[in-house]
Amino acid sequence: MTGARFLDLATGGALVLLTLALVLTIVRIARGPSLPDRVLGLDLLTTLATGFIGVFAVRTGFTLYVDIAIALCLVAFLTTVALARYIVMREGKAPAPDKERKGRAQ
Amino acid sequence: MISEILLYACGMLLLAGAAFGLLAALGMLRLPDLYSRMHAASKAGIVGAGLIFVGIAVVCQDGAVILRAMIGILFLVLTTPVSAHLLARAAYLAGHRPSELTVLNEMEDNTHIGP
Repeated sequence: MTGARFLDLATGGALVLLTLALVLTIVRIARGPSLPDRVLGLDLLTTLATGFIGVFAVRTGFTLYVDIAIALCLVAFLTTVALARYIVMREGKAPAPDKERKGRAQ
Repeated sequence: MISEILLYACGMLLLAGAAFGLLAALGMLRLPDLYSRMHAASKAGIVGAGLIFVGIAVVCQDGAVILRAMIGILFLVLTTPVSAHLLARAAYLAGHRPSELTVLNEMEDNTHIGP
């Protein structure tokens, strides 16, 4: 097997694995019991999409895709920070009293 | 000869990165609570995308592309821990507690921490 043929097969396999990973992450986002779970799922989704774009760059030979992957990393970071602030602002002021917390207050 | 070996190395790196991405997603699906899921998602996610960037740098013998791949890895390593920490802190402040299986919660007594 020549190197080019192996690389072709390897990029195909990597794309399949990453597609499976994206589907599993989407299942978690749909099922996720709380908002932070979904935010974490979106963060992983963009990281996986970065990898997907990278594999695609190797497969097609257009190295311009690497720039897009880096830009997607930046967007993912900013999104997670903004959503974390939102979670604190929405729920942090009046935290739902857990069983644990009630026990300590008494 | 050398370029042939580099093609094989790049293929292996891409497959390894994709496998780590799949492991991250599997951990995301299977682990019991938000904090342990964060453990899987941030660490294995970084390794997956980072190995793919290394694969790009190996196969394109071009200085600009190698530099971009290195910038991508640096950016991932800098930002992902920060965002995971911010999200964990926000979730804890918002009242989400670790699952019953957690053995050690060092934040338990820090009631003075505010947003």
